[in-house]
Amino acid sequence: MKQSSCIHLLAAFAIGAICAISMLCATPAALAQQDQSGLSVSAGLSKAGEPRFFAIKGARIVPVSGPVIEKGTVVMANGIITAVGPDAQIPPEAAVIDGTGLTVYPGLIDAGTTVGLPGGENAAPAGRARGPRAAAPVEIANGPQDRPLTTPWIVAANELNPEDPRIESWRDAGFTTALVEPEGGIFPGQGSIVDFGEERAGNMIVAPRVTLGIDFQTSGNFASFPSSLMGAVAYVRQVFIDTRWYQNAEDVYKAHQSGLERPPYDRTEVVVGDALKNNELILLPAGDKLAIYRAIRLANEWQIHAAMYGAQEGYALSSEIAASKMPVFVNVNWPKIDKNGDPDDITLRELRLWDHAPSTPAALSKTGVMYAFYSGGITNPKDILKNVKKAIDAGLSPDDALKAMTINPATILGVADRMGSIEQGKVANLVVTDGDLFNEKTKIKTVFVDGMRYEIHEDASPGPPGGHPMPMQQSDEGVQP
Amino acid sequence: MNFENSKMHALRLIAVLAALAILPLAARAQDDSGVTLIKNATVITITHGRIEHGSVLIRDGKIADVGTDIQAPAGAKVIDASGMYLMPGIVDCHTHIAVDGDVNEGSVSVSSMVNIKDVLNPYDINIYHELAGGVVIGNVLHGSANPIGGQTIVIKLKYGAPPDDLPFPGALPGIKFALGENVKHSNFGGPIPRYPETRMGVEETIRDAFTRAKQYQKDWADYNQRKAAGEQNLIPPRRDLQLEPLVEVLEGKRYIHCHSYVSDEILMLMRVAHDMGFKVRTFQHVLEGYKVADEMVAAGAYGSTFSDWWAYKMEAYEAIPYNAALMTRRGVIVSVNSDDPEEARHLNQEAAKSMHYGDLTENEALRLVTLNPAIQLGIDNHVGSIEVGKDADLVIYNHDPLSVYAVVQKTIIDGRVYFDRAQDIAERAELAKERQELLDKEINEGKPAPRADDNENGATKSAKKPKKSHQATPETPQLDNAEIGGAR
Repeated sequence: MKQSSCIHLLAAFAIGAICAISMLCATPAALAQQDQSGLSVSAGLSKAGEPRFFAIKGARIVPVSGPVIEKGTVVMANGIITAVGPDAQIPPEAAVIDGTGLTVYPGLIDAGTTVGLPGGENAAPAGRARGPRAAAPVEIANGPQDRPLTTPWIVAANELNPEDPRIESWRDAGFTTALVEPEGGIFPGQGSIVDFGEERAGNMIVAPRVTLGIDFQTSGNFASFPSSLMGAVAYVRQVFIDTRWYQNAEDVYKAHQSGLERPPYDRTEVVVGDALKNNELILLPAGDKLAIYRAIRLANEWQIHAAMYGAQEGYALSSEIAASKMPVFVNVNWPKIDKNGDPDDITLRELRLWDHAPSTPAALSKTGVMYAFYSGGITNPKDILKNVKKAIDAGLSPDDALKAMTINPATILGVADRMGSIEQGKVANLVVTDGDLFNEKTKIKTVFVDGMRYEIHEDASPGPPGGHPMPMQQSDEGVQP
Repeated sequence: MNFENSKMHALRLIAVLAALAILPLAARAQDDSGVTLIKNATVITITHGRIEHGSVLIRDGKIADVGTDIQAPAGAKVIDASGMYLMPGIVDCHTHIAVDGDVNEGSVSVSSMVNIKDVLNPYDINIYHELAGGVVIGNVLHGSANPIGGQTIVIKLKYGAPPDDLPFPGALPGIKFALGENVKHSNFGGPIPRYPETRMGVEETIRDAFTRAKQYQKDWADYNQRKAAGEQNLIPPRRDLQLEPLVEVLEGKRYIHCHSYVSDEILMLMRVAHDMGFKVRTFQHVLEGYKVADEMVAAGAYGSTFSDWWAYKMEAYEAIPYNAALMTRRGVIVSVNSDDPEEARHLNQEAAKSMHYGDLTENEALRLVTLNPAIQLGIDNHVGSIEVGKDADLVIYNHDPLSVYAVVQKTIIDGRVYFDRAQDIAERAELAKERQELLDKEINEGKPAPRADDNENGATKSAKKPKKSHQATPETPQLDNAEIGGAR
């Protein structure tokens, strides 16, 4: 080894040591601060050590739940909005922020992402069939009874890694909240609503078991069931049948154990059964027109409380989607043309899809569909708003665009009583900007998550690449026409 | 018209005029269920011979009248088919088009739980190509990877309609069986991924599946009986999606379409069917059917075969193009199918081959692709011939359909034109323009791209047309067209 390398090594070691020591010191300091102030414990790890009493005064406020307040005040205490209005009273303990020239929006909600879950760096291979992660051994399933690609018991809240660097980059882009979902397989797991503050995982969880994801994946292997799309559909159908059989059988057996053969224990049946009982929202893939029709048909056949995700061809089926009354998660990672490909290989059908996909939200608004946006594999969160802007250019009203990232996802996910708009009593999740949210030049200045303040600095990097495709996300190839 | 007296005459005239006054509005309001008159064609009815200078009246998607002297009601759309030939639309008894994803669930020996109906794709370009070949109905089958494959469905080739509009209303569902080399993975190379590996294994798989199905049937019958008797605290049997279609077969509610080649396996399945108490509806391919035609007739089994494919694998070695004719002469109801989206575009010619190979008459030949497959699929009450009351599923050719020169001009399903050759040609320029504009917009960001040299590669992936217009031979929008080969 050369001498310069040795020095680098020593330097790295020293810096590492200093960091470790300072982290050890930070925690006791924060705790000491809390003890002195008598505030509640949830100030958490490092930056957000200040007391959670703020008032943003004299700002333009966009509540979403009501008309814009051109000049008003938002008051927060202990993570809750305590007052909103042109003349809201500011209590003495609040730190006052001058809102002149600033606009306050509700914190944005990303309605489908893997941010916060470990394994982000192990991107799943692009393409339609995504099996279990690379490390898993190949298991051959000989039929539905082997429960292939099935892990519904994985709950995002239980796997949350608050240290995931993507959390900060999402927050810097204005997203205070997300529906975090496990990825991989036919039943990847249950999604949780997470607030992107820097705290202990438990304090970040808004609701742990909100959605049950389904993706009609194949084993990727001719020898293992299911090897076809129709096989995956048949499998999920059998799972719902088995689950309902088990729920009934368990009830009968529990009441009369003598004389009856016991129903076998199947973890999938138990977990899916609990999800049905708790009225979790079942997510069905809707990656193209065929899948949209299929989602509508299966939700009806299986009598489940379901939403569809993807929906980039929704512009073509906005009436049918409205008639189904199913909520929709629209993937704003619009399909992109491969500019290096041979133009002769591109079909008119593909071109129409690429051209029309961003018009889907406007079409859905017109027919009264309840829909929300999700990032769908976008790795740089600043691109999320850029892509929403494309939908606005294609005819979506900015008001509806904002709703699709605030009150709509809150409504669909059952937390609209406490999130999704700036109203007294709701969670203090806010985004403060120096202009209109959908203007390219606008900068996000401050983000509040659960009433904790995060100043956004301009030189902040967009965050490391991550955000691999998950069940609700498109591959880079986009939708197959 | 005969009138008793002039007063009645006047009243009737008023009634007729009143009806006519209403009719045009009705015809205009509903595009599909209006009135159409196809006139002055050679009408090939299949069941009642040919009618020279004949006409067919269509109303509300059904054939309302057939004859030589039909007047078009006011407001009716009139198709002048002078010099043309009108025939029932072709029924393809073995196809794999219109399927989203893999057509095989080959991972397990018995994949009866999967259903083609879950993955129908009405946007498959092959549907459009086959309409251009005169096909109106397809028996969409699971592949031949398993002894017992997935559930199958009969569709009308309604290109672009919602998936739920494709299934043929009222047609019994089917299930695909397969025997022989494909099932045993004989020709795939590499290790066999799954049982069975032998012919005896294939037979055992089917016997075992039906044994389990019968037990399943009994378990449910027992449970229902006990429940009906008022017994409490019963746990029902589990519903098993794999066995339920087999129970339907036992109950005669689902047709078996069995891919088969050599005579011993055809006989084997008939024996198993006899033992286990079910029927085989059609043997598909059945290339040695000519050897066991009498047994097929005795078992009530139909045959759906190729016109002249043989010797492409061992089990096709003794296939002969006389198969269809020989089976027909022994009394089997025979259809000729495609099993291939290209072959399906000229099934009229495939039917004609049995005139050369086996001396079938012209009508017997055309029956192979019209009424016979309709009978096999249990839909002959609705389609397969031109008769009053049947569905208006028709095709117009510019020459006798048995002629090599015949080219489809229009294909009609439920009274609506789903393929119109003249219209297709007329729209090509507009579609090419749209494509180029979108390409410019998406790739070149608004600047027109330098045009590449005309590419003769006619691989058709675009929505309706080949990507590069074959402007070399502009088609005149006449119903007569000699250039078949140029347009791909």
